[in-house]
Parts: sequence; structure tokens; C-alpha cells
Amino acid sequence: MTSVSATPRAVTDWARGATGNAWVRFAVRRLERLIVSVWVLLTAAFAMIHLIPGDPVRAVLGPTASPQLVQAKRHDLGLDQPLYRQYGHYLHGVFTGNFGTSLGSGLPVSQVISQRLPATLLLAVLAFAVAVLLAIPVGVLMSVVTRAGRARRIELTFTSTSVILGAIPEFLLAVALVYIFGVNLGWLPVAGRSGPDSYVLPVLSLAIGPAAVLARIVRIEMLAVLQADFVRTARAKRLRSTAIYLKHALPNAVTATLTLGGLLLSAMVAGTVLVENVFAWPGLGSTIVQSILAKDYPLVQGIVFVYGIGVLAVNLVVDVALALLDPRSAIRES
Amino acid sequence: MTATSTSTAAPPEPVIRAPRSGPAARWLAVLRSPVGAGAGLLLAAVLIMAVLAPILWTDDATKIDTNAIAQGSSSAHWVGTDALGRDLFFRVLVATRLSIELALLATVIAVVAGLILGTLPALVGRRLGRLVTALVNIAVAFPGLLLALFFAVVFGIGAKGAVLAIGFAGAPAFARLGQTLVAGVIERDYIAAARIAGVGRFRIMVRHVLPNIAEPLVVNATIGAGGALLGFAGLSFLGLGVQAPSYDWGRLLGEGLNGIYVHPAAALAPGVAVVIAGLAFNLFGEAVAKGLGQSVVVGHLPPLPRRRSARASGPARSAPSDSHSDTVLEVRDLTVTFPGPAGPVRPVRGVSLSIRRGEAIGVVGESGSGKSLTALALAQLIEEPGRVEAAQLDFLGADLTAGARAHRHLLGTSFAMVFQDPMTSFNPSRRIGGQLAELVREHGGLSRAEARGRAVDRLRAVRVPAPERRVRQYPHEFSGGMRQRAMIALGMMGTPALIVADEPTTALDVTVQRQVLRLLDSIRTADDVAILLISHDVAVVGQVCERVLVMYAGRIVEDLPSAELLTGALHPYTRALVAAVPDMRTDLRQPLAVIPGRPVSPAEQPRGCAFAPRCPLATDKCEQEDPALVAHGPGHFVACWHAHG
Repeated sequence: MTSVSATPRAVTDWARGATGNAWVRFAVRRLERLIVSVWVLLTAAFAMIHLIPGDPVRAVLGPTASPQLVQAKRHDLGLDQPLYRQYGHYLHGVFTGNFGTSLGSGLPVSQVISQRLPATLLLAVLAFAVAVLLAIPVGVLMSVVTRAGRARRIELTFTSTSVILGAIPEFLLAVALVYIFGVNLGWLPVAGRSGPDSYVLPVLSLAIGPAAVLARIVRIEMLAVLQADFVRTARAKRLRSTAIYLKHALPNAVTATLTLGGLLLSAMVAGTVLVENVFAWPGLGSTIVQSILAKDYPLVQGIVFVYGIGVLAVNLVVDVALALLDPRSAIRES
Repeated sequence: MTATSTSTAAPPEPVIRAPRSGPAARWLAVLRSPVGAGAGLLLAAVLIMAVLAPILWTDDATKIDTNAIAQGSSSAHWVGTDALGRDLFFRVLVATRLSIELALLATVIAVVAGLILGTLPALVGRRLGRLVTALVNIAVAFPGLLLALFFAVVFGIGAKGAVLAIGFAGAPAFARLGQTLVAGVIERDYIAAARIAGVGRFRIMVRHVLPNIAEPLVVNATIGAGGALLGFAGLSFLGLGVQAPSYDWGRLLGEGLNGIYVHPAAALAPGVAVVIAGLAFNLFGEAVAKGLGQSVVVGHLPPLPRRRSARASGPARSAPSDSHSDTVLEVRDLTVTFPGPAGPVRPVRGVSLSIRRGEAIGVVGESGSGKSLTALALAQLIEEPGRVEAAQLDFLGADLTAGARAHRHLLGTSFAMVFQDPMTSFNPSRRIGGQLAELVREHGGLSRAEARGRAVDRLRAVRVPAPERRVRQYPHEFSGGMRQRAMIALGMMGTPALIVADEPTTALDVTVQRQVLRLLDSIRTADDVAILLISHDVAVVGQVCERVLVMYAGRIVEDLPSAELLTGALHPYTRALVAAVPDMRTDLRQPLAVIPGRPVSPAEQPRGCAFAPRCPLATDKCEQEDPALVAHGPGHFVACWHAHG
């Protein structure tokens, strides 16, 4: 007795027990996309140095450097070899964890990255956790308070506040937070990474904007779900309101929230660059800006690659989470 | 498929819609809305400042004053001075032009590059087009700032490099937008016509497609300009954008941040300027985007006058209120009110009925007659802003007029609802078993295992095969008929005294319909459960029910034994409903019978009989006075001036 009418074919297959196949199709498709994306990323990072107009080595060493020195440096970097060999060399290096040597410090790029990555990673993960933990309760609460056109004043306040907070870029928010909590109140440190309190401002700067956007989405999605027939069924069961909102409505509002949350999280990966520079945070973000300014191209290349991988990883995690939460959507897509 | 099809003869209803207008008029309308006007003014102010500030204040902004180096705010220098003693207030104002110019330039690059990438798939061959689309899809996944950093490296540090970087970083998003918009237009008939006429791809794109996607593109470009402004401020702040001696807001902010402890205004002023300008672009774009779809303002609901109309609780019908102990539900003068744009609307107006144990009552009427709302109101499931009022609403002796909350457990276990669409009435993300078990866990205090056992038992009772397996499945794994059985099983998880079934078979196949109706009937006889069956289908109701209530425009117009439905109906509306049901003897060469005219909208109830405008028997009296529901025989009540049994 499986559903035949009025359901997409994929769902019917799913019900018939073609589950395994659908999952394999999803995994293959997703893996394919990941591999292509990583390849594009690698190639772009490789191409970056060659797209720079003029000679990057000359740019690093300055106009006064002797031609011999430039030639020697070119040889060190392998830039005197044919492009395809450089490309092969680069790919080989990436897969063996060798991203070349920093022009500035002479240290291996991989070593610099592994020193700096944890600070950035922790910042991003904490900020995302804070954003989600703020956004979901606030969004749910707002949907309940303002459902069916109630409490219009609260709705207006919430919407305009969240629009404005969501539109302010994280580094400006960071400056404002520094001013309020560092300069004015003197409660929190405003630079460097030391004790737990040094995390507060950077994490908040990164989290507040996405939290505002996410809370708005949670509210809108919840309002849509609260209109659904099955919520009426839940009400007809005379469940407690909290059970209706949290057990019946919220899980069905999560899909869209997570999709957007993924976008926000990958934007947050990039947002760390600016926030780290406001707070002199010893992570990848401050390193990449310094190395861009110093024209330390191997280091820039390596960090760009790491950020790119971070974004791809976030997208992958979100897609898999979506597939697990809402199997029908994943399978329909593949 | 329905017994009652509405209007064929009636003139087309005037549709109220926003006045048709050209693009210019629509933008003007946006400017008249409060948000649009505010954002528009803000944007205008920013743009005027961008034009005028450098003309007026360049000297003030560049004048080096060695006597006032790095000062805080004072009456001479509102925002203070920088390391060379230049006035920061004027510098922030003058920086408006460069900041805006660069942002707009970057936006133009983003839109043009995006449009080229976005329209390319439609212009070039399929394979190349796919490649472009795939690359755009990959690029879109990366955050704009990361792309901007990448391009900033490629194009070099400085204002030129940063403009190109921000522009190209924004291109993938516009490419995606362009693709979507082009795909929406290119399938239209006039494009197909142009193609058949031999117009080239490129010409079609320029002449036919681009003009049609211009408006959403401009709106998005406005929002994009806000993003570019903020992005540019970021790059300049990092030192990758504008270089000294030029200055934009980002650069001023970066310079000011170092001294934030000494004079915070130097960092805050450019920050505020960036936020204001960014918001101006953003909000204006959003306001224009929203301007196309008008939102309906729900009016406030004035208090309902406690109207005890004699006609609704008419003398003849109030008899059953001397309640027997076997009365399950007793309701008098039930009204449902919603706020409308032109005052409150009352789709249910004074319904009175009583249901005894084991009785099956049908409610029929066209869609919009208020029958479903009556069902929801009886169950106290009408949500705000809707309001339910009744002179009396007793369920198993519990007074529900004050709301259902106090009698939650009673209603949960004894008052079952079966809804029309079993597809949407179960929570798609939870297993059937859990959704059934939940009810007794909440109201019966059963353990998880006991509740699950009862769910299996009830599913078996409604003849769902393999219930042990079924409880672990999700709603989408059930067929429509099985789902409706599960919904009935949900109602039987407690000890129901009344099942209100609102169009329980409408969404089902005809063969399944019969099974579900038979199931309801067997439950009724086996457990002495009362059933209120709501349907637009007179035939369905006639099969199952002993008594039929006919509703029209929110009122009961006839209450009769179902045996009399075919031959003994007195109200002209009931007769028309019955006549509109085709049967085996219907002459299919003739058009099917319909009821002329259309039902009155709840917003414009007439003074007299609501059916009068469509009634062949209507007289002046019908239009002046609303007839009460009065007895016309044993168990037969009619609200009609012309009912003569």
C-alpha cells in the first residue's frame, strides 16, 4: 500500500524501498559537485599568481633588486618552468600538504596556516553557535507573539531592528562594540586573543548580524508553518502550546532556516577576515591581509585555498544535514 | 464533481486591484509609502552630499593645521582632527563622493559582468552554456568578501584594483539573477514568435529579453550598490582599497580605529556615514522590491454587540435546549466574526444545533456557506483574529463559551476532528505512530510503550493493514485513504463522544470515499459516537446521516430528516442543491442543473433573506425581512417565507 497519487515520483520510489538507491544517487551527485568545486578552487588559487599583471617576483623584491636576484627567486618559486609543470607541481604539493614557502618569513606556508587556523576556526564556530542559539528562540518567540497580525508594534520593532542589525557589516558593528564595551565601559578587552573574555567582542561582532537575519527567517518560516493543516490537527489534539510550537511547528521550519544558516555561516568564514583585523586577532584573517600588503603570494595562495575549503566544507555539512532532516528534498534534487 | 456549481448567468464580478500603472507610476507609488519615502529621502540626501560636499568643503578637509593635531571633538572641529590636524568632520563629508563613486562603479561592473555571464548560456551553444552556468554556480557558493580578496590580489592594491575586485566579486550573484530572470522571460510567447520570425539570438536578447528584466535588475542593483559600498569600506579599512592621500570612509575608519581610545569620534563618524549610506541604498531597493506586492492591512475588531437576535434562536428551534443527559453537544446562537478591511465580517451568524449520543448529522452547503467554520468554532479551534461567540456552547456538560483551555483533556479525548486533506493534516516530519501516541501521552498519562500499543490497536481498529509496521512510517508513506483512516484512528485514541468530520472524503478517490464513510458509520454504531459530517456533497450526507442541516450564508436554512431530503425539502435552496446532483437518470445531453447567481460574500450580508437574490420565489418581503427557522412538521425546520409543506 504505497502512495501513488499526488506525490512526486521520487517520493513514491522512496516509499517502495528504493531508499538505498536514492541515497547513493544523492551521495554521488554531491561528491561530484564537491570534487569539481575543489578543482575550480585549486585552479583559481594557482591561477591567481599568474593573473597578476607584471612579474610578481619583481613586485615583491622592488625595482632596485638585481636581475640575478629576481632570476634566482623565480627559480626558487619554480616560476621559470612551463605553466603545465608548475600546475602539476602545485597540485602535487597541495595533496602532500606542501603549499610552498612564505616569501616574508621563509617558513613553510602550511606551518603558518596550522598556527593561525585554530584561532579563526574557534572564532567562526563560536560565532555561529551564538547566532543560532540567539536566533531560534527569538524567532520562535516572535512568531508566537506576532502570529495572525497580533502585536503589530512589537512586530514592527523587531522587523526594523533586525533589518538594520542585519545590514550593518560586522566590522562596523565591531567598531561600535569596541567603543561601547571597551572604550566607554571598559568591561572587555578590545584586542588580541588571551582569556575567555577576549572572545566576547569578536564573537558578538560576527554573530549579531547573522543572528538578526536568521531570527527574521525563523519567524517568517514559523508563521508559514503555523498556518499549516497539521498544526490545526495538533491544536485539535489539545496539546500544550509549547508542544505545538516546539514539537510540531519548529522542526518543519528548520529546513529553510538551515539553508539560509549555511549561507550565513559561509559568509561568516569571510567575515572573520575583517573582524580579526579590528581586534588584532591572531588568526588567518589578519595574516592574509598582511601577506597581501607584503605581496607574499605563496602565503596568500595558501590561505585563500584554506578559506575556500572552509566554505565548501560548510556547504557540504549543510547539504548533508538538510538531507538527513528532510530526506524528500535531497532525493527530489537528485 | 460537486453538486452545486455556481454562477453561469451572473455578470463577471468586478475585481478590485491596484490601479494599473507604468513603471514610472509604480516607482512614484513606492516613494509615497512611508518606508520608501524615508529611504528615498535618505538616498537623495546621500547623493546630494556626494555631489556638493567636495565642491563646498575640499579646502576645509585638506587644510593642515599643525596647532590642532589629533584632537578630540571641539566646537572648532566637531569630530576632531587627524594626525595632520585636518578636520575630520569635513573629511567625512567630502569622502562621500569618492565612497559613493567607487561603490557605484563597482556595482556597474558587477551588473555588466553578471549580465554577460548570465545571458551567455542563452546565447552560446548548449555545452558552453552549461559550463558557464556550472562555474557561476560554484562561484556563487563563495562569500563575496572572499572573492573580493582574491580579485584584490589579482588586480593589485589601490582604488582601481578594489573597484575591479568588488565588481567581479559581485558578478556571480548578478549572473545567477540574470540567468533566473532570462529563463523566466525567454519561454514567453512573444520570444518564441520572434525566434520563429528569424530574429537572431543576440538581437532577441537585446530587444526583447533585457527590457523585460530591467526592472528587477535595477532594484537588485540598488541593493547591490549598498553591498558594494559596505564591501568597499571593508577593503579600504583593511588598507587594500583607497590609498593616501585619497580617502574614503573605509580609510578614515581604519585610520580612526587606532586612536579609538583617545578620540573615538574619529572612528565612529565614518562608520556611521557608511551605515547610513549603505542602509539608504538597501532600504530603498527593498522598498521598491516590496512596492509591487501590496500587503493587506487587517483592521481592528470592534467589540461585538451582544445581539440576542430572536430570529436565530427562533422559538420553534429552542426546544431541544431542555437538555437530555444523552446530549453530546448543545449550541445556541453561534457566531464567528473576523475583522475585515471594511468592518467585521460574520461568516457564521447564529447557528443553533444539538447532537445526541450516536446521532449522525450532516451539514451541507456551498463552499463559503460557513459550514467548515461552524465545525472549527464548535471545537473552539478558530484562531485570532477570528472570534467565536455563543449564547450556549456545551460539550458533555462542559461550558465552552469561555474558551477551550479549561477543558483541554476532555476535548482532547472526547471531541475528535477529521479534516479534509489527510495529506496535509499530518505533520510530515514525524512518524504516524508518534502523532497518534502523543494524544494519549498528553491526556491519558500513558507511558511511551502503552501509547504506542494503543496506536497500533487503533490503527487495526480502522482496518489499516500491518499496523505494527505502519506506526513507524511517515505520513508520505501512506496512501490518501490510509492516511484518512489514520486520522480517524487519531480521533479514536481517546474515547470520543463526537467526531466532527469536515469533508473527510473530498480529497479521496470515489472507491476509497465509500470505505471511509462506512468506517465512520461502523464506529458510530459500535461505540455510540455522534458524528457531525460536513460536506458539500448532498449525496454523501444523505447516505450516512439521519438528519441534515442545510447552511446558506452562515445560517441554517433548513433542518430535516435525511429521508425527506430528496422529496420533502421545503427551502428553495435545499431543493436546488438536491436538483443539482446528477444521477443515473440525468439526461447528459442537457446542461447540468446549476443554482444561478453566486453565494453572497460574508462581507455584504443583505438585510433580508440571504438567498433572495438567487431565489425564484423571492418577493419584496424576502428582501426586507430575514425569515426565522420554524417548524414545518415533525423534525423539520425551515427558514423561508415561502415554505409550505
